[in-house]
Amino acid sequence: MATLLLQDNTLIKGESFGFKGDRIGEIVFNTSMTGYQEVISDPSYANQIVVMTYPEIGNYGLNEDDFEAFCPYLAGLIVKNCSKKESHYKAKTTLSEYLIDNKIPALQGIDTRSLVKKIRQTGAMAAFITNRDLEEDEIQQKLQELKNYRIEDNIIEKTSTKEKYIYNDSGSIDLGFIDYGTKRGILDSLAKRGAKITVYPCTTSAEEILENNHSALFLSNGPGDPSNYTYQVEQLKKMLGKLPIFGICLGYQLLALSSDAKTFKLKYGHRGGNHPVINLENNKVIITSQNHGYAVDIETLPKLIRPTYKNLNDNTLEGFEISSLSVYAVQFHPEANPGPNDARIIFDEWFNILKGKINEVANER
Amino acid sequence: MKDKSLKKVLTIGSGPIVIGQAAEFDYAGVQACRALKEEGIEVVLVNSNPATIMTDEEIASKVYIEPLTLETLTEIIKKERPQGLIASLGGQTALNLAVELAESGVLEEYNVKLLGSNIDSIKQAEDRELFKNLMQQIGEPVPKSAIVSSFKEALDFKQNIGFPIIIRPAFTLGGAGGGIAHNESEYEEIVNIGLNQSPINQVLVEKSIAGYKEIEYEVIRDKNDTCIIICNMENIDPIGIHTGDSFVVAPSQTLTNNEYQMLRSSAIKIIRALKIEGGCNVQFALDTKSNQYYVIEVNPRVSRSSALASKASGYPIAKIATKIAIGFNLHEIKNSITNKTTAAFEPSLDYVVVKIPKWPFDKFSQGDRILGTKMKATGEIMAIGREFCPAFKKAVASLEEKSTGLLNRGFEKLSKEELLQELYLQDDRRIFRLAQALYNKEDIEKLHEITKIDVWFISKIKEIVELQRCLETESFTLELYKKAKAFNFLDSEISAITQIPMSELEKLGIEASFRVVDTCAAEFSATTPYFYSTYFEQDEVLEFKNQNKTDKENILVLGSGPIRIGQGIEFDYCSVHAAQELIKRGYESIMVNSNPETLSTDFDIASRLYFEPMNIEYILNIIKKENPKGVLVQFGGQTAINLAEKLDKKGIKILGTSIDSINATEDRKVFEKLLQELKIPQPKGCAVTSAARALSAVKELNYPVLVRPSYVIGGRGMQVVYNDEELLTYITEAFKFSSEHPVLIDQYLEGQEVELDLISDGRDVLIPGICEHIEKAGVHSGDSMSIYPSQNISRKNEKILVKYATKIARKLNIKGLANIQFIIKDDKVYVIEVNPRASRTVPIMSKVTGIPMVNIAVSAILGKSIRRAGFGVGLYKKTGLVSVKMPIFSWQKLNRIDPALAPEMKSTGEVLGIDRKYKRALYKAFLAGGHKFSKSKQRVLVSLNDHNKQPALPMVKKLFKQGFFIMATWGTHKFLEKNGIPSKMIEKFMIDKLQKRMKNGRLSFIINTPTTGKNSQNAGFQIRTIAQMYGIPSFTSIDTAKAFLVAHKTFDKNTKLTYDTITNYRKKKLFRLFRIK
Repeated sequence: MATLLLQDNTLIKGESFGFKGDRIGEIVFNTSMTGYQEVISDPSYANQIVVMTYPEIGNYGLNEDDFEAFCPYLAGLIVKNCSKKESHYKAKTTLSEYLIDNKIPALQGIDTRSLVKKIRQTGAMAAFITNRDLEEDEIQQKLQELKNYRIEDNIIEKTSTKEKYIYNDSGSIDLGFIDYGTKRGILDSLAKRGAKITVYPCTTSAEEILENNHSALFLSNGPGDPSNYTYQVEQLKKMLGKLPIFGICLGYQLLALSSDAKTFKLKYGHRGGNHPVINLENNKVIITSQNHGYAVDIETLPKLIRPTYKNLNDNTLEGFEISSLSVYAVQFHPEANPGPNDARIIFDEWFNILKGKINEVANER
Repeated sequence: MKDKSLKKVLTIGSGPIVIGQAAEFDYAGVQACRALKEEGIEVVLVNSNPATIMTDEEIASKVYIEPLTLETLTEIIKKERPQGLIASLGGQTALNLAVELAESGVLEEYNVKLLGSNIDSIKQAEDRELFKNLMQQIGEPVPKSAIVSSFKEALDFKQNIGFPIIIRPAFTLGGAGGGIAHNESEYEEIVNIGLNQSPINQVLVEKSIAGYKEIEYEVIRDKNDTCIIICNMENIDPIGIHTGDSFVVAPSQTLTNNEYQMLRSSAIKIIRALKIEGGCNVQFALDTKSNQYYVIEVNPRVSRSSALASKASGYPIAKIATKIAIGFNLHEIKNSITNKTTAAFEPSLDYVVVKIPKWPFDKFSQGDRILGTKMKATGEIMAIGREFCPAFKKAVASLEEKSTGLLNRGFEKLSKEELLQELYLQDDRRIFRLAQALYNKEDIEKLHEITKIDVWFISKIKEIVELQRCLETESFTLELYKKAKAFNFLDSEISAITQIPMSELEKLGIEASFRVVDTCAAEFSATTPYFYSTYFEQDEVLEFKNQNKTDKENILVLGSGPIRIGQGIEFDYCSVHAAQELIKRGYESIMVNSNPETLSTDFDIASRLYFEPMNIEYILNIIKKENPKGVLVQFGGQTAINLAEKLDKKGIKILGTSIDSINATEDRKVFEKLLQELKIPQPKGCAVTSAARALSAVKELNYPVLVRPSYVIGGRGMQVVYNDEELLTYITEAFKFSSEHPVLIDQYLEGQEVELDLISDGRDVLIPGICEHIEKAGVHSGDSMSIYPSQNISRKNEKILVKYATKIARKLNIKGLANIQFIIKDDKVYVIEVNPRASRTVPIMSKVTGIPMVNIAVSAILGKSIRRAGFGVGLYKKTGLVSVKMPIFSWQKLNRIDPALAPEMKSTGEVLGIDRKYKRALYKAFLAGGHKFSKSKQRVLVSLNDHNKQPALPMVKKLFKQGFFIMATWGTHKFLEKNGIPSKMIEKFMIDKLQKRMKNGRLSFIINTPTTGKNSQNAGFQIRTIAQMYGIPSFTSIDTAKAFLVAHKTFDKNTKLTYDTITNYRKKKLFRLFRIK
């Protein structure tokens, strides 16, 4: 039998259907009913063991179009049942084969609902996943490891591109883009709206980016605790006000930190495709795709930051803008993948703002 | 926020239960009324269906049980002057009425606001042409189609497009009159029927996209333009079978996220373009090989699918849609599940839901079982499991059929080739054929080719079948047993396969655990008392109990399962009342049911809801968990009663009437003896096992006799036979199927049929009222028109009825409800049947008398004397009203079913006509039943069998006198001629000509008493079935025809009807005494 060991001593037995090996990671859950392919390939899950609350996973296999990154970064996958037979005209491989190929351990036959309740009550915690049975002394040893476990401080350096590259060369709007572990969906959403995107590694300095005179800068999503990323925050501080900046997820959190707001860790995060978010300006509600374990503390917002969105479930902040500095950011994922497309209009709104700014600059010249 | 101008709101119900419009609208209507009352709004409700919970006086502020017609509603609006009207929760019936009210200017004249979606939105969604245009405007793809008003136009369309072509009539319920045509002759036939059935004489002809995936989305929108998806659903049967007749799973299983979101976005775009405010259902067809999709249909209202989506997700769609209709926005409404968040969210499921339709083909074995675009199911079941396989397995067990599994349904007898050939048939048994083919190891791809069912579903069904094979072939181990239990194999099935006794299996100690339906996949803590069973997982019932500690005892209420002919919404009414009365009496009530269309499966009706099959093993699982003080079996119809003995054998306490008494009423011999002891007359009868014995038996009994098999074979039921020839035909047929089971022969007393319901505490008996049937004995009580209070029973016989009822109740020690049926023949009272349970008439009798029968029955069961209920004992005083119940049939949905009234029940629903005068009540009943009265000259076809000619003569005379133009078949014509009644002779064999007349509307109705023998070649049968196809009323009992003539006379006299609430009708009109000057 395969094993899942949680930091709080919980030991769960299951059946391995992925890579035959061991991993440690932070255990979190996702409530999306479709989109396991996008979830497992989302770099924001780096070093996390993801529990899918929906019980039937793997039904339509994996196809070539729906990956969010070239390789998966998650530490493990836990499901109630992985489909023995996939069925879809686009399917190229099965979930199980993909996980084995990419060395991701995975368990099925788990009482995922009880596991989710535990995570909900105890909070996201470290866990050990293996395809083996564990002896008592190994359990003790692993528990010790779990107690000391924390996600690497520089995890974004792993999920970020190592080298600068151009995405959609034929685009007409020149954008800079810092990749902390981006989902392809964000790049596609920008490209679709006519952007030529220069994608920078997350270690790039402000000076290098500013040098290129981009019309605006976009900040991607990414894994980890935003407060660890002091270098990145420093760079952003240097760029604030110099050009319009748009941020999503981790990008949003870093923008908040660079504007002197604080972030905090949510007990078990927001991960799923059904999060209602209210637009504070017009009271319209959209259902959003979310994947974050940290949030910006609304109490710590400096005056110049105007909150724009709030989560209707727990009232946490979901978006803000600093119009004087042309900073716009949201915590949720307007690119969806997986999840509803309700928030896609945010890209349109942003592009409208952006085009306005570009015209302004052109007129000044 | 709430629209403050609304003080009083009119709600329209959906009328009688028919195929395509069932109990789901009672459930929706009740939620709506409650949601309105919660906001301090006075609710005026109109519905003609008395079996509903929504017509309870505690649900709405004012309840009108009146015909759902434009005239009635106009009068009620005039009288009540409501500020608003809610029509989106009463199905197609209410929506059509709202359109009529708006278009006739009534709403404007009386300043009534149509709440929720406005008329333009409704019309845009309902009118095929407008809808198509709108879709084209917003760039949503619809299949190539044309709206036609004649067959000629339809032919033009055909030129551009090949067969198959789908035909859908505009504005009809559940697609009545539609179908798929594969060739020109089918095309002509279906188009013509469709044109005829569409109230606006319009049909949509459309390129068939059969074989596409069929996906539905339930969407809610508020006026702030917030849109949410409650649930999506995937039909296991691809496009081609009406969604109401499809196996459905929620959420979708075979869609990638991109496909799911593509359709979700489209659904939202559509609901926004239509400006729907409230609930809406959007149906899509999705190609299996590309991203191509089509919008099939939009229901701009709460629908059957919304009820399913509500139960599947835990989200109360009807309630929220109502709040939106009165002005709230989603984010302003509290989420009743978490009690913290708002209603603006999308449920996440961590289980799989499977719905299976319940078809009436067990009753109508000769009916056409082929499924298509016209819905045929009367009801449905839903099952919840943590994975697809157990959910599917549980769903099949929920059907309450003799076989609980997927295999051994007769298809194992077919050769491999025969089976494959039969798999092309799209009928109600296709899934079982598929399972058998999988068992025969047919290739999955090949089966997919034939059925177009997605490979994913087929391979899942294969997993179930393969597990069964393991049980058959492998040696039995605990491991294997656990696997089987995880797939929801029943112990009875495992025992039958492995030959291991059930008692041994029980010793293995595997227990079910229960999980919560919480809308959020456990992301937030929720306290919904809504459970389903699974295996080998943590149990959440104890957790729930620990959080909601109480020292109250609990009692289990058994529901009645899917709606079917003979067991309808009335039992949901009873179970719901029982559960609520238990709570009032200081108990916790535990509800078990498998029907998603009902109020009983709302999680806030009982203290706890278990959504489980009405199957003994599943119920015992619940009992193990809940350890109830006892079980109430008398409110869930025959389904619940049938479980009583099994529960009793397990030592479970049955509350109320004892098992012995229940058995005494069901065992023919015991019952006979019991009546003899009580000196109560009953029709003579006997059981025979040979034709010779039958012939000698009738010498004693005398013709006519009522014959029926003691064991129901292939739907062959009761029949009245008049001579040796008919008797022998019947007997030979019956013995052909089974010679082991005797045929029962009873004296057929063609007398006045009477029935009553009673409540007893074992000592005293309260009889709310006596009902008399319009049709003579021989017609099933559910199919006969019935009058309360009885109009033609002498005081003497009334006393005898009460005496007999009291004697029987005391003898059987009835605790709770019972129903007794009598025949009065030659002034002598006979007892024909005792049902020791709530009956079909309980809701009606409760309403017309004002006696809360179920509540008193529950109290009596719990030991409270009925004397203390405040209604006295014996026969309750008559109220100020007269009511006429009329059965409603769904003939137009079912092909090849003989509409002749018979001892077997065929109706799906009922309406009630209420007034202070009998004739008016009768007239109202016909109006409510949809009969159209007309001043123009009416043509009637009369065709009588030999037994009926003489008795019918006075009625036909009246017909003539009332100015009807009579046409008659040969024999009848001769007979009428002899008796001096002119008629035009119609040759029976000139069916075509007759058909043309019916088609052109040149025939108003038919009076046709059937000859015996269910011979489909029989001309009478053909006439009747053609008439039902064209929606022409046919009366097959002289008594019904007589009643119709009385009603017609009331109409002819230009009688002005008045309408009142049920509460007011019951009051005796004392002021009449003072009006006399």
